[in-house]
Amino acid sequence: MSVQAGADRASNLVRRSGPSMLIGGGLVLALAFFGLVSVIWTPYPSDAMDVLAKLKPPSSAHWFGTDHFGRDLLSLVMGGAWTSFSVGAAAVAVGLVGGVPLGLIAAWRRGGLLSAAIERSSDLIFAFPAILTAVLVTAVYGPGAGNVIAAVGLFNIAVFARVTRGAAISVAARPFVMAAIAIGRTQTAILLRHILPNIAGALIVQGTVQFAIAVLAEAGLSYLGLGIQPPTPSWGRMLADAQTFMFVSSWQPVFPGLAIMLAVLGLNLLGDGLRDLLDPRGRDRRAGR
Amino acid sequence: MLPMLSHRLAGLAGTLFAASLITFFALEVLPGDAAQILLGTEARDDTLAAMRAQLGIDRPMAERYVDWVLGLLTGDLGTSQIYGIPVADMVRDRLAISLPLAGMAFLLTVLIAMPIGILAAAGRGGPADFLAMGFAQIGLAIPNFWFGILLVLLFAVKLGWVSTGGFPGWSDNPFNALGALFLPALALALSEAAILSRVVRGALLETLGEDYIRTARAKGVSSSAVIARHALRNAMIPISTIMGLQFAFLVAGSIVIENVFYLPGLGRLLIQSIFQRDLIVVRDLVLMFAGIVVLVNFAVDLIYNAIDPRARVQR
Repeated sequence: MSVQAGADRASNLVRRSGPSMLIGGGLVLALAFFGLVSVIWTPYPSDAMDVLAKLKPPSSAHWFGTDHFGRDLLSLVMGGAWTSFSVGAAAVAVGLVGGVPLGLIAAWRRGGLLSAAIERSSDLIFAFPAILTAVLVTAVYGPGAGNVIAAVGLFNIAVFARVTRGAAISVAARPFVMAAIAIGRTQTAILLRHILPNIAGALIVQGTVQFAIAVLAEAGLSYLGLGIQPPTPSWGRMLADAQTFMFVSSWQPVFPGLAIMLAVLGLNLLGDGLRDLLDPRGRDRRAGR
Repeated sequence: MLPMLSHRLAGLAGTLFAASLITFFALEVLPGDAAQILLGTEARDDTLAAMRAQLGIDRPMAERYVDWVLGLLTGDLGTSQIYGIPVADMVRDRLAISLPLAGMAFLLTVLIAMPIGILAAAGRGGPADFLAMGFAQIGLAIPNFWFGILLVLLFAVKLGWVSTGGFPGWSDNPFNALGALFLPALALALSEAAILSRVVRGALLETLGEDYIRTARAKGVSSSAVIARHALRNAMIPISTIMGLQFAFLVAGSIVIENVFYLPGLGRLLIQSIFQRDLIVVRDLVLMFAGIVVLVNFAVDLIYNAIDPRARVQR
């Protein structure tokens, strides 16, 4: 593909995408950018304490103000973006890696024992609301980023298994799959070359939705003290601290909360936009929350 | 109807049984046991052994699982390891907060979502629709605990109209108690209202496209009457299904919200028990939350089957 053709395809993509995709994509990219930058640079080190400048309102030295240890809130919000996005991406990756093969097996061996077992187990996971699964896992294995990823990832496995199964069953009934079976292609080839590429759109859309849910879950768990542990910056943790000092510094809960809201809003809008673009028939398919 | 019912009941029992297995064995893998937690690291071995015997945790795992489940079936939830009082007593007081909280949040969800969804569908593509769907997107993105903190900040810290949290109890003045639940319920309701308003809009738009609506319009029925009498009534089947499922989410949502408002309900008890390692209580509460979700889904399913005969054929 020539550079020109690549540019044409890209501009075509932008032209075909609606406002929700552009706004959502813009928000997500901007926050991801701040998160990435925080890895190499923040205005202040995010764990640098300055007790003489604690609980200060926004100023030119500290744009978002400082917390009860005098840490720079802008630096913490930037670091929080990195935490939030990496935990979210990892939780979606766990769901994809675990859920897609299970969903494909459940679709391909429909009616079999294995398929029934996969469906029953995902039903069982949905019996526990996502927040309850997360609380149970972190209660058992302790708080921390890895366990938050495992907890949300477990729920995501069930979601992706269900979405993959549904989409794969409808693709498997289409003529080109019949044709592939008729010419004697192996099962693996059919699954990987014919079915998987045709359900990729649905998976990408579901991935953005689950990403948003993971961001909310990480923030909620960290708020409760069951998620990310200090000194790693986390938006949820910052809100818990902010609530404690609400009487002396009322602006403190504003920025971490706004960051969560913009991240989730961006991901949801991006998901809606991608759905219109990639998976127009799947508008009603929204498993899990 | 009867074979369907017995089939569903068997499924319900199976799910609850599996949930109890998961909950029990998930908490069994914890390092250290309750005796160790209660007595600390300096306890002598024979004291530990005596404590284990007293707590009954020296017996085989399978035996303790059976004991736990049999106890649950007879209303005996065990004894809290930290407080030494029956878990059933602790749960009873807290249910009197968590259930009214979920109920009030449910009421607010419906009261907010129905008008917004109806206005959006009636003015499809217009400014009302745009505003309503904007509300839905933003309501969905605001984490409920942040919204709760902002409500406390505004109404308690800035305006001083309410206290920052806590619960005055039902016996003193029920209106004060209801008032203490209002802001938490509102915080819980926001995101569910956002979801429900989308569902209401979608379901209404679908029924508004039906032939009988065109007939009603052609007869000269006013457009508000078309929506109220014809469209809404038929759209209520999918709407009420989602409403039922949302009740379960509101109960689960109380886990976080009760901690924002310092409400001594089930959710706050769960988090406190986790930090205190009161595993008997954690075990009971996790299963109780899962049980509520499963039972509500079961009830919604049955009601759906009862009001919409098509669902029976399709499955």
